[in-house]
Amino acid sequence: MKEIRIHGRGGQGNVTLGEFLAEAAFAGGLYAQAFPMFGSERHGAPVTAYVRISDRPIRLRSQVYEPDHLIVQDMSLFAGNDLTGGLKEGALVVVNTSGPVGDLGIAEGFRVVGVPATELALEVVGKPIINTIMVGAFAGASGEIEMDALEKSVRERYPGELGEREIVAMRRAFEMVQGAVR
Amino acid sequence: MAHEQVESRLMAYGHTACAGCGEAVAARTVAEAAGPDVIIANATGCLEVFTTRFPRSSWQVPWIHSLFENAASVASGIEVALKALGRAGEVKVIAQGGDGATADIGMGAISGMLERGHDILYVCYDTEVYSNTGYQRSGLTPLDALTTTSPAGAMSWGNATRKKDLPAIFAAHGAVYVATSTAGFPTDITRKVKKALSLAGPRYLQIHCPCVAGWGIDSSKGIRLARIAVNSGLYPIFEMEEGVLTRVRKIKPDELLPVVEYLKEQKRFSHLFKSPGGRDHIEAIQLAANSNIERYGLMT
Amino acid sequence: MREMMEGSSAVAESVALCRPKVVCAYPITPQTHIVERLARLHAEGRLDAGYVLAESEFTAASVVLGASATGARAYTASSSQGLLLMTEVIFNIAGMRLPVVMTVANRAVSAPINIWNDQQDSMSLRDCGWIQMYAEDVQEACDMHLQAFRIAESLNIPVMVCMDGYILTHATEPVDLPSAGEADSYLPPFEPRFHLTPTDPMTLGAMAGPDAYMEVRMLLHRSMQQAAGTIRQAAVDFHEMFGRYAGAQLDTYHADDAEVLLVSMGSLLGTMKDAVDELREEGHPVGIVKVRTIRPFPRSELHDALHRARAVGVVEKDISLGLEGILCSEIRSAFCGAAETPGISSFVAGLGGRDIRKEQIKEIALGLLSDNTCRVEVTGLDHEVLWRAHEEE
Repeated sequence: MKEIRIHGRGGQGNVTLGEFLAEAAFAGGLYAQAFPMFGSERHGAPVTAYVRISDRPIRLRSQVYEPDHLIVQDMSLFAGNDLTGGLKEGALVVVNTSGPVGDLGIAEGFRVVGVPATELALEVVGKPIINTIMVGAFAGASGEIEMDALEKSVRERYPGELGEREIVAMRRAFEMVQGAVR
Repeated sequence: MAHEQVESRLMAYGHTACAGCGEAVAARTVAEAAGPDVIIANATGCLEVFTTRFPRSSWQVPWIHSLFENAASVASGIEVALKALGRAGEVKVIAQGGDGATADIGMGAISGMLERGHDILYVCYDTEVYSNTGYQRSGLTPLDALTTTSPAGAMSWGNATRKKDLPAIFAAHGAVYVATSTAGFPTDITRKVKKALSLAGPRYLQIHCPCVAGWGIDSSKGIRLARIAVNSGLYPIFEMEEGVLTRVRKIKPDELLPVVEYLKEQKRFSHLFKSPGGRDHIEAIQLAANSNIERYGLMT
Repeated sequence: MREMMEGSSAVAESVALCRPKVVCAYPITPQTHIVERLARLHAEGRLDAGYVLAESEFTAASVVLGASATGARAYTASSSQGLLLMTEVIFNIAGMRLPVVMTVANRAVSAPINIWNDQQDSMSLRDCGWIQMYAEDVQEACDMHLQAFRIAESLNIPVMVCMDGYILTHATEPVDLPSAGEADSYLPPFEPRFHLTPTDPMTLGAMAGPDAYMEVRMLLHRSMQQAAGTIRQAAVDFHEMFGRYAGAQLDTYHADDAEVLLVSMGSLLGTMKDAVDELREEGHPVGIVKVRTIRPFPRSELHDALHRARAVGVVEKDISLGLEGILCSEIRSAFCGAAETPGISSFVAGLGGRDIRKEQIKEIALGLLSDNTCRVEVTGLDHEVLWRAHEEE
């Protein structure tokens, strides 16, 4: 079983990001579970969401304490939060940042990938919708999620022109991170 | 009670109401005017208790009682179900309760019923007191009336608040028809029930009902007192359609009575006549009646 | 066909498959997604029902009461404070023998205010005369709604389907929903035994004095006690039609040879099963008894399922303050007068959304293996906070 933890702020589509991952894994013939760290969060407050992916039915309902992968939608969350707490050795960390990932102060022992999701979103989508870009980057860096399945999920949820632009941005992110792992 | 009595098949005699109960007269008149093709949702209260002591029931129409404060909500559910089941054309829905169920504990549910625009006639039997539980003060108890929770004393002249203006509250919610009536004139009740049921949407009828024990009156005097309440201006009888006053029961100049005639017959106002300070209170009640005459144009 | 769905959406779709004629609810976290989805289905013309927006949970319950009494299949949903606000009507619906079905998205009860999951809300209403079912996962929550309407309408007893708030309502996972045709063949149209109609006028909700009240209440009590057969049949028929069986009132997991049996309700069973798998791999004889309905209480089934164990640990997300976990007390009653009684212990956990980890479950089981003395424990507490508060007092 692979466990993924997503950190972001309310309004960044963290829960939806988790659902995209779970849906894509399910489309690839796996079992999947996505759920938020339920809160009464308002826009801007820190939010956590979780995804489990397995080749067997998933029964475990606790939160994720030792994730295999981490997705951080807002790099400002690194300040004052132990985002990498419990993270497995060698785990993949995908961060939304336009600067060098070395500046984030993340401990050694993880595979860190930076993707300028906000810039990319404004450029390609025209709106700061970053979760589809982050999920694309995760697919590219992890190799665990099929892009076709992701595209299908995004298209189903956001049919129309905006969704298509998101898919273009998602593909750009997917390609951008190939071989970019620190 | 000798005149204008309405024979009823739909709310049968044999119930256990007090002799001289104004609410029984009014409810029987409402049932008969509504006819058999009706479903009644009744709030907890005297009317429910004296008509449905298991295993007997006075009701010859489909009738349901759930709780004190939810007659409007239960009626909403009935009305929606009738529509969903395609039976709405066959049967009308009435919700009914006393003044406590209507003005106090059920007010929120009534607000929702009115706002959603259900096809329901809500009837309030206004005895001006919680009759069923032993004559405590309600939101429709008039100023200075003695109840078991608003007694007179060195610090009190009885009920310290004025009667809540329920018709205005219903009208403000957009009720298509709002009317007052009285057990003193049952034919007026009949006409208004029939008129209300001919309209669609939420409607309200508030009926002044003498309560023998609650008011402290002789059981033969209720109907006469209910008429004096009208002819003194204390209980204006009127109709509003779409929020506009359309008709009032006029007081003929030779019928006009001072409020003293109404107050002096009832134990609930007896304290006003026992000490000199009561005179000011009676004067204030007279001014309120005068103001009703003015506001509703009862004599013009 | 199996697809990924959020728990609330899946339950709303299941409710729509049951073809209620009247739906009425008032929004409360974490029930909201269910009623929002139903509103959407109604707006899109996919839910052919009167959908009433109530001004309070109290009215929502009263509206479905009135609708059910008029002969309509009626549904509502609530949670926590909303359920408590409904309480007066909840008792009334059962007493009037109206087959309403309600989803409870289980949530903690104030104070302090807390929107997260535990089962204090519905457990506090266990004596109201409703059948109560608890779902382990989203699939079971969906399946239970079809079964619930069937059970309710054949017994004239209302049914609460309880699903853990957030943990199930907000989880996205694979769900297999029946087609409309399949649902229709499992759940026939509602044919009320009585309803309000001028063609056969009846008085519903009459006053019963000391001469009659007890008998009326006992009739409901007896129907509830005799509901086991109907509940089992609903589960068996469901299994025959859809291939899924989650137990009637109970289900077991590695229970036959277990020296320690853990008992629970709802979504915690999933985590518990993972814990038991690991314990079994480590050679520990631990099993699980899942309670699917707490009312009617499956007393003899519980006795039979538990009596061979040395120790029983009841892990539950509720507490009768001043006593212990509610389910634990009731399980003790199943052994009243029994010659051999396992050590039955209460473990209160997960109140107000406190996460319950697999490791905690394993710790409880291992503790019971080494010591079967009856005890009452609260797991996952921050003892330092408690100690400081105690000092200040």
